[in-house]
Amino acid sequence: MSGYTAHFRVWRGDVGGGDLEDFKVEVNEGEVVLDIIHRLQATQAPDLAVRWNCKAGKCGSCSAEINGRPRLMCMTRMSVFTREETITVTPLRAFPVVRDLVTDVGFNYQKAREVPSFVPPSGLGPGEYRMMQEDVDRPQEFRKCIECFLCQDTCHVVRDHEENKQAFAGPRFLMRVAELDMHPLDAAEDTGLDRKTTAQDEHGLGYCNITKCCTEVCPEGIKITDNALIPLKERAVDRKYDPLVWLGSKIRRRSSAG
Amino acid sequence: MSVVDRQEWDVVVVGAGGAGLRAAIEARERGARTAVICKSLFGKAHTVMAEGGIAAAMANVNENDNWQVHFRDTMRGGKFLNQWRMAELHAQEAPDRVWELETWGALFDRTKDGRISQRNFGGHEYPRLAHVGDRTGLELIRTLQQKIVALQQEDHKETGDYESRLKVFQECTVTRVLTVSDSGSAAGGSRVSGVFAYDRETGRFFVLEAPAVVIATGGIGKSFKVTSNSWEYTGDGHALALLAGAPLLNMEFVQFHPTGMVWPPSVKGILVTESVRGDGGVLRNSEGKRFMFDYIPDVFKEKYAESEEEGDRWYEDPDHNRRPPELLPRDEVARAINAEVKAGRGSPHGGVFLDVSTRMPAEVIRRRLPSMYHQFKELADVDITAEAMEVGPTCHYVMGGIAVESDTAAARGVPGLYAAGEVAGGMHGSNRLGGNSLSDLLVFGRRAGLHAAEYAAGLGGERPSVDDSQVDTAAAEALRPFSAEGPVPGEQEGRPPENPYTLHQELQQAMNDLVGIIRREGEMEQALEKLADLRVRTRRAGVEGHRQFNPGWHLALDLRNMLLVSECVARAALERTESRGGHTREDHPAMEREWRRINLLCRLADPTGGLAATDPVVGQIALTRETTDPIRPDLLALFDKEELVKYLAEEELYE
Amino acid sequence: MATGTEPPATEPHPGRGGVLTGTRAAITVPHLRTDRWWLAPAATAAGLLAFIVYSTWRAFADAHYYAAPYVSPFYSPCLAERCEPMHAGPNWEIFGGWWGISPAIIILIFPLGFRLTCYYYRKAYYRGFWASPPACAVAEPHKKYTGETRFPLVLQNIHRYFFYAAIVVAGILTYDTVLAFRDENYEWGHMGLGTLVFLVNIVLIWAYTLSCHSCRHIVGGKLKHFSKHPVRYRMWQWVGKLNAQHMLLAWASLVSVALADFYVYLVASGAFDDPRLF
Repeated sequence: MSGYTAHFRVWRGDVGGGDLEDFKVEVNEGEVVLDIIHRLQATQAPDLAVRWNCKAGKCGSCSAEINGRPRLMCMTRMSVFTREETITVTPLRAFPVVRDLVTDVGFNYQKAREVPSFVPPSGLGPGEYRMMQEDVDRPQEFRKCIECFLCQDTCHVVRDHEENKQAFAGPRFLMRVAELDMHPLDAAEDTGLDRKTTAQDEHGLGYCNITKCCTEVCPEGIKITDNALIPLKERAVDRKYDPLVWLGSKIRRRSSAG
Repeated sequence: MSVVDRQEWDVVVVGAGGAGLRAAIEARERGARTAVICKSLFGKAHTVMAEGGIAAAMANVNENDNWQVHFRDTMRGGKFLNQWRMAELHAQEAPDRVWELETWGALFDRTKDGRISQRNFGGHEYPRLAHVGDRTGLELIRTLQQKIVALQQEDHKETGDYESRLKVFQECTVTRVLTVSDSGSAAGGSRVSGVFAYDRETGRFFVLEAPAVVIATGGIGKSFKVTSNSWEYTGDGHALALLAGAPLLNMEFVQFHPTGMVWPPSVKGILVTESVRGDGGVLRNSEGKRFMFDYIPDVFKEKYAESEEEGDRWYEDPDHNRRPPELLPRDEVARAINAEVKAGRGSPHGGVFLDVSTRMPAEVIRRRLPSMYHQFKELADVDITAEAMEVGPTCHYVMGGIAVESDTAAARGVPGLYAAGEVAGGMHGSNRLGGNSLSDLLVFGRRAGLHAAEYAAGLGGERPSVDDSQVDTAAAEALRPFSAEGPVPGEQEGRPPENPYTLHQELQQAMNDLVGIIRREGEMEQALEKLADLRVRTRRAGVEGHRQFNPGWHLALDLRNMLLVSECVARAALERTESRGGHTREDHPAMEREWRRINLLCRLADPTGGLAATDPVVGQIALTRETTDPIRPDLLALFDKEELVKYLAEEELYE
Repeated sequence: MATGTEPPATEPHPGRGGVLTGTRAAITVPHLRTDRWWLAPAATAAGLLAFIVYSTWRAFADAHYYAAPYVSPFYSPCLAERCEPMHAGPNWEIFGGWWGISPAIIILIFPLGFRLTCYYYRKAYYRGFWASPPACAVAEPHKKYTGETRFPLVLQNIHRYFFYAAIVVAGILTYDTVLAFRDENYEWGHMGLGTLVFLVNIVLIWAYTLSCHSCRHIVGGKLKHFSKHPVRYRMWQWVGKLNAQHMLLAWASLVSVALADFYVYLVASGAFDDPRLF
């Protein structure tokens, strides 16, 4: 396969406004969308703003929307498009735009801060941690997350409802809550922090209606909905909607207090 | 004119990879108000690319392991050029640094009894690498990132502000370390007073005033065309240190990994892990020949198979057969591939073939090499179970770097300046072992943070003040690319400005071709001339648009750093007339024991910072030789005499 | 200094809500997807609608639900006096004679509730019927969204109680399937085509029920340390494998239960004779 000329439409502008700009650009065999964006920079639009880093699908920087779908530009091969197709590249549409393809993803860093951190177990020093592989498997899946924020971008709870950003942490950070709740040595409970309850009360788990777009767009193939969000919902049910469990915990608390 | 925003901090850390974040954590925990500046978003540093693991002699898998063995392996790997005290500290402290990560929430793969699992790796005598599948670097970054958030949460509880004691300035670039002349010092040098930086998003300048600066910016790979490094690796920290008056050490040692992807272009340079060869992958040239059998050096003749049949039997029965030559050390394989390509027997895209498809059933390939299968499938649309991969050497790591004191990570000659991680030199000698980089980040990141915080606290109220004129000069320098468009006085009218992207490509091509994996005197002289030419043209590098997130401008500014660092590499490589580790001279193929004691230091030729030097012979860099401290006797005693004879000069042995 | 290099000062463009919010990239269309994103929600909605129409008709029909030895799964167990007598069948007259409409209504509440609160069906109808969202990165038409945070959708959290009920229902349907190994004279040891239909149905019903996310949680998912509960860990893994096919099983069992009912209808109404195998 030899090179050809592709038709690209790239959104250019800033918070004041902008538009899709048309480009004709050369494409060679084996290239990905990010290569084409770089070619545009080097040949036609030197100030085209784009965020990228590793170019190997490991850092999660080059998130954008390609033909309307949230994707990593470095992991979208040109061969998935036909030669005639117009390829539209826009910035993430759930976050404020900075310039061209770069958006302000500060929302995510803010949400990250709102999730209470890992609580080390008291009485275990460095080097004394013992954890079984089967116990770390689950949180390890979530730690594959490269924080590309595509799930945060596609989630309709905040994408379509700016006002929900206050109350809703988004799939990435609900998954973080699940990860910590499944961490075999997290001692949050000893400090009076119940991650199961706070998932719903403070991080907005109830907003999630498990429509699975987060899982669909995850470039790491993490089963966010099935393995993190739904189990977290079930754990919240244990605490808040299960009379038996609720009664049991009351009795246990009373007896341990007495 | 100095209307730039100013803030006061105790410690400023430049770079938010493993070393930078570890330094910041330590400095903050020691009570210093700490700022971290990074070019990317927080958590995206190049450290995430590390796959293999963190080397630390925890002895979880083999109980014979201890720091002495690790030290020995590191020194051998570095061909005894390592700053031995660093190698010692590194081997001793690495286990604590790994264990500490667990208390911050890291989840490593486990052994059967619940400890951290450790894997084998090239050059390590015992299974030693703590790992998480093939994404150890990501785990490291995420853990440190989350530890920083944990500290910020503590501060928030106390002060109501997450960023009162520890703040990350993401997507900002430091262009100058600011100094004040230090009248107290006999050498009349200067000490750190802060940094000058710009915010990539808005293009606004700002100054962080701080008595201590830790540089942790990583490597220089973006000066080479084929590299496994990310765009951030433009040698910023190296250049900042040089410009602040600190020397760089042994910059000639650059590690080329033998198997990087060469095709398609979008993935050129990305690593193909060593285990492809370990699991049976073979290297072939365009004639279909397994050429590695022709490249077994005499010293290895007894350890490697002589025939394909024997090599093939090794995979099943390693005790009674010798290993195939595809598994020779990295530098040998890289050189062999290079030679085949030069002889015209390369693959269509300038590499050689690495084939597993004819060696194993597709099923087995997918099971044993899942990440490689996916890497080629997803990034390159190549099915490695059906066709051979094309691979070639790729620039991977720079062993050279800022010359530092072993114990404190303090840069030599500039009080208040510290360096850790890849940007610091000395630790790995002439060649780094796999797995030693992540542990290096943690051990020396912590040390740099600790000593920077102590230094800042020790000054009491006598903080150096930032010199306004330095700020103005730095601002003018950063804005230069915007004014390059107009006619330059004294030059022809209407001469178009240079495109920074073109200059960058030419630089990468020159470094790749002329100061690459195999070096020759003539080519390196040619490289120095090319660098001089690029320096002149870079002064005319112009950019369009304005300062808000303008990648063309960012690149134009990074070019200064890449040119400085490239010249260091070229000059040092020209000077060292031997072959050792990551430095191979075709005209001086042997390792010379005399050179083991020689360190090459690069300094700015014109310390006033005038970077206009156009004379290729003089250039911007002055090179000096330095004799290293003798290795401490108790450490030498860890080795057999016969082994030491190969490395150490006569007089060192009998001292 | 730096004339012309400063970015132009900008105010957010006038926007509306969601992706059209003023601070976001000014793109006027609600989505830019070029694929047939509407196909999946449309097909889902059509499939669910078809089932609703069919099951409503059958549930209220109050007729043709028993043809010895087969009882329609819509009418099992049959809990009112008006139920057709089924020899050794699932007749329990708990509701006595006062129940005046189709007895299917009593029992269908449970499988209906189970499926209505099922994590897969929720996705299906939120997307298919409510367009919330219609597809990924396609803007939804609603002004406000509170998800499952308040009444009535907060009731989705009771899914696990429907799961417990679904176990009981599946148990009874298993009993019905065993009864299907009789002939029309209640002689044991026979099989007809209907028996096969029932067998397939009950396997799918069980697979769907056990693949439920709540089930996965209850058998082991709630544990913090699998290593201390090896048996539950194995069960969790097993349910996890089924759970990965939850969507497929949801549809397969929905179709099979309708088919089983329809088969009984055909035989009971005399439109079709159950071919006996032995």
